[in-house]
Amino acid sequence: MATATMVEEQVVYQRPEALNDIPTHYCPGCTHGIAHRLIAEVLDELGVRERTIGVSPVGCAAFAYQYFNTDGAEAAHGRAPAMATGIKRVLPNRVVFTYQGDGDLAAIGTAEIIHAAMRGEKITTIFINNAIYGMTGGQMAPTTLAHQRTTSSPTGRDVALTGFPIRMSELLAQLPGAVYVVRRSLHNVKEIMKAKQAIRVAFEAQINGLGFAMVELLSTCPTGWKLTPPEAMEWLEQEMLPYYPLGDYKVADDVAPLLKKRR
Amino acid sequence: MAVELMKGNVALAEAAIRAGVEAYFGYPITPQTELLEHMAKRMPELGRAFVQAESEVAAINMVYGAACAGARTMTSSSSPGISLMQEGFSYIAGSEVPAVIVDVMRGGPGLGNIQPSQADYFQVTRSAGHGDYHPIVLAPASVQEAIDLMGLAFDLADQYRHLVFVVADGLIGQMMEPAEMPPMQPLRQERPDWALTGAEGREVNTIASLELHAEGLEAVNLRLQAKLETIRAAEQRSTEILTEDANLIVVGYGTAGRIAQTAVLQARQQGLKVGLLRPISLWPFPEERLSELSDRVQAFLVVEMNAGQMVDDVRLASGGQVPVRFYGRMGGMVPVPEEILHEIVTVYEKLITSGV
Amino acid sequence: MHEELIFAGFGGQGVLFAGQLLAYTALAEGKHVTWIPSYGPEMRGGTANCTVVVSRDPIGSPVCQNPSIAVVFNNPSFEKYEPLMMPGGLLITNDSLMVTQPERDDLEIVPVPATELATQMGEVRIANMILFGALLARRPLVSVDTVQRVLIDKLGNRKAHLHEANITALKRGMELAQHAEV
Repeated sequence: MATATMVEEQVVYQRPEALNDIPTHYCPGCTHGIAHRLIAEVLDELGVRERTIGVSPVGCAAFAYQYFNTDGAEAAHGRAPAMATGIKRVLPNRVVFTYQGDGDLAAIGTAEIIHAAMRGEKITTIFINNAIYGMTGGQMAPTTLAHQRTTSSPTGRDVALTGFPIRMSELLAQLPGAVYVVRRSLHNVKEIMKAKQAIRVAFEAQINGLGFAMVELLSTCPTGWKLTPPEAMEWLEQEMLPYYPLGDYKVADDVAPLLKKRR
Repeated sequence: MAVELMKGNVALAEAAIRAGVEAYFGYPITPQTELLEHMAKRMPELGRAFVQAESEVAAINMVYGAACAGARTMTSSSSPGISLMQEGFSYIAGSEVPAVIVDVMRGGPGLGNIQPSQADYFQVTRSAGHGDYHPIVLAPASVQEAIDLMGLAFDLADQYRHLVFVVADGLIGQMMEPAEMPPMQPLRQERPDWALTGAEGREVNTIASLELHAEGLEAVNLRLQAKLETIRAAEQRSTEILTEDANLIVVGYGTAGRIAQTAVLQARQQGLKVGLLRPISLWPFPEERLSELSDRVQAFLVVEMNAGQMVDDVRLASGGQVPVRFYGRMGGMVPVPEEILHEIVTVYEKLITSGV
Repeated sequence: MHEELIFAGFGGQGVLFAGQLLAYTALAEGKHVTWIPSYGPEMRGGTANCTVVVSRDPIGSPVCQNPSIAVVFNNPSFEKYEPLMMPGGLLITNDSLMVTQPERDDLEIVPVPATELATQMGEVRIANMILFGALLARRPLVSVDTVQRVLIDKLGNRKAHLHEANITALKRGMELAQHAEV
């Protein structure tokens, strides 16, 4: 009779505590789920889940406050940075983050994000740039690329009439109150790992009271772009990366040591 | 505390501080700017939060954030700024967090002017934002009453987890008058159990005004309406003079009510049996008292600094039992007692039949 | 006692301060008082003015149509308020800047060359206190002692160098008005 050997199981992958075990409403192939998971992992690793308050946007991530296992609020369209300001100013020792799409942050909420950064609000913003309005069904966003077809630019974005896509990281990096502003992408594993590191730094900058931090994440919207998920990943790489170069647009001097710690 | 000569705007600000406001967010606009300026000086020296926002839109959403975090919080503005805040009001009402708003009304529409006005009665009493609700609205007629109502506003906001307006006009904001401040209340130490403070050792709290399912949102609305019904029953406030034997009652609030009081006294000197009802809560409107009075007077004369807005509420509350006449000035014009007296005499001669 | 006063002139003449001084003093003496700047039907153009109501009784209207007292610091204010005055009212004028001749004979008009006197005294900004003194001489709404005390308090240490000049101006205005022909 063979002897059964007991092999101890090791947990190598599990749902972060900061993420709720519920189905999301995101479309297949959308990278919101990846962004959520990265944030949740970072909150767990930093041990701040029970001190964190998330502010959700209006857009596809409107229900983010239900997905994160943290205290959370749902802001009006574009106002998450203002709402986060209100929360952070009365709870300065808590961790406050906003999660915003490109319509929310770069169109209707442009004033709020610029002024939150200008004031150096000690909050962390995760900015999902997928070059389209997802929730309302694929209209042109301020980040929509030139010639990109959307339901409100059906023949392709005509920059002569609608202007050029806005580069928010480059813009916000100009402000002294912003201490950490970087652009990352979620289109492959390597970039995803880099994105997580950036998210971690962005939260650490806040926890250390250094100022405003934002991580822009280039993301896919297969539904809005009318592509399959793999095609969407490819489109992001081919079309978005040239216009939205990945990189560190602002690393303030006192944030730099946070980066070195990682290496 | 001693009686001091205080400007209405400053008194409103200091009264809020005494009532334990923990965070103020605002944007400069005449004629309420002294309120913001007083906060700019006092809040930081008390270690409390003050932010001059980039717009009224941002200011009200900062208030929304601080309210969600369980702080006593407020903003102040004037008519055009209040228009910009509509969005935030609606979210605050929809997610049932407490907040206090001061509206020092000015002449409109549009950019209008900076003179005293009551042209935004509909704006504040009907909903002050999209969706189906009324904020609580309190209207002081003096600097002292402004101070007293400011404290009450924070208490009502907390009690009902609702939006409370204190509405003045440029005249009350700019007027100096002797008044006495209440003692400083200590800041609330405990945060309410629903507040967003980080889920340490408890289940998470979430605050949102989002409910995609119609059944769910109807349930939210039914709960909100039940709350408003409670407020309507419990929070009607008004004051009156010489109504006991009055044949004609003048109805006016805030500055118009105060000026009308002088006209009423002048009418009495002429032997006319005239009284004054001055609503203090504009929502809930003091409909019970008005309804009682309409059983025994022969007419109402409503005086407002607008084209006739509260007059609708007076007509509703009096149920068509007696004629309701209106006199108003617009565009920042403030009526003087003599013109109200003239109107009183005209209405009295036309409508009052019993002996003088 | 119930008086409705207007203080009116150009911005920079200390018009609003003169009104506030009366309000602070009235309060110090336990009287009812309201002070409002540049509001109501009298608001026109770029002048500075304020309405002060002082009364033994609680005050209803803080605005008035027909002031019982007006202190006018310049000619446009005189032209504006002379027709509005309550019959028998007191009108103190800054005679240095008057051009228009009075039309009414039912008012107590007291011309005081306040700007000239203040200039002679070396401080044009104290013209407002000369006019205020004239007002007190004709209508002792509040006591001079209280006015002096409140004036020094309101000027504060930062303007300590102006205390004496203001008090002197106040007294000079009183003397002039006591002796002026009506």
